[in-house]
Amino acid sequence: MTLFYQFHFYLFGLLAVASAAIFVTRRSPVAAALWLVNVLMALAAMFVMLGADFVGAIQVLLYAGAIMVVFLFVVMLLNLGHPDEIGDLRDHRWRLGAGAVALLLAAELLVVLRDPLPEPTVATTSLAAPPTANAVTPIAEVFFREYLVAFEFASVLLLAAIVAAVALAKRNVRA
Amino acid sequence: MIQEALFFSAVLFTIGVAGVLIRRNAIIIFMCVELMLNAVNLSFVALARLHGTPGHVYVIIVMTVAAAEAAVGLAIIIAAFRHFRSVDLKNINLLKG
Repeated sequence: MTLFYQFHFYLFGLLAVASAAIFVTRRSPVAAALWLVNVLMALAAMFVMLGADFVGAIQVLLYAGAIMVVFLFVVMLLNLGHPDEIGDLRDHRWRLGAGAVALLLAAELLVVLRDPLPEPTVATTSLAAPPTANAVTPIAEVFFREYLVAFEFASVLLLAAIVAAVALAKRNVRA
Repeated sequence: MIQEALFFSAVLFTIGVAGVLIRRNAIIIFMCVELMLNAVNLSFVALARLHGTPGHVYVIIVMTVAAAEAAVGLAIIIAAFRHFRSVDLKNINLLKG
């Protein structure tokens, strides 16, 4: 790994972590959503640097583009953009609990990082493939052969979610 | 590089958990759940370097589940807002003992 690569990987990682820390402390939902978009963009850059070009593109299009727009749309629909009228942080008991959970997870992280991971043995497809090759083909080959059942279940799940969202959001629904 | 990615993934997940615990706004709690899903995606992508392409497939399935979860969850939030006129979890306490 070159120093240039390493520097930018750390840069995007720190950008993601800093944006996430700002995101959970913003009062206004709109500001929080925009900081979350920042996190998602930094993560997309990290995905590309880890050799997952297609996943990075999907991250930008689907997460930062579609899902966050749905969140902002709901904030707008419910007229929640005024930070002083909505719920603030929880009281001290909850914050202490959150701190305890964070400490526990950090301790687990330290324990896990004590043993270094093995180096990559499988050459990743997008790194091994020539740069002109299609980034989608390796994923599609695995997805539509070995994981075809999961793909079909995912489509059924999406259909069920659409029906459920429409049924829940409809006014005057009679059970 | 995998180790650093797993480190950032764990930190992001922890921030997501802390956000779910300390916030009361239902929409922001949902966004924290999305952040946790993304942290897991990062570790999937990092470990795909070690174990091959199926990691990317898992990421795409996680994104599908996240989209479905966002659609249903936000519909529930809209329904709750119609009923309680608030998305503050302090005001939604019918199940409190």
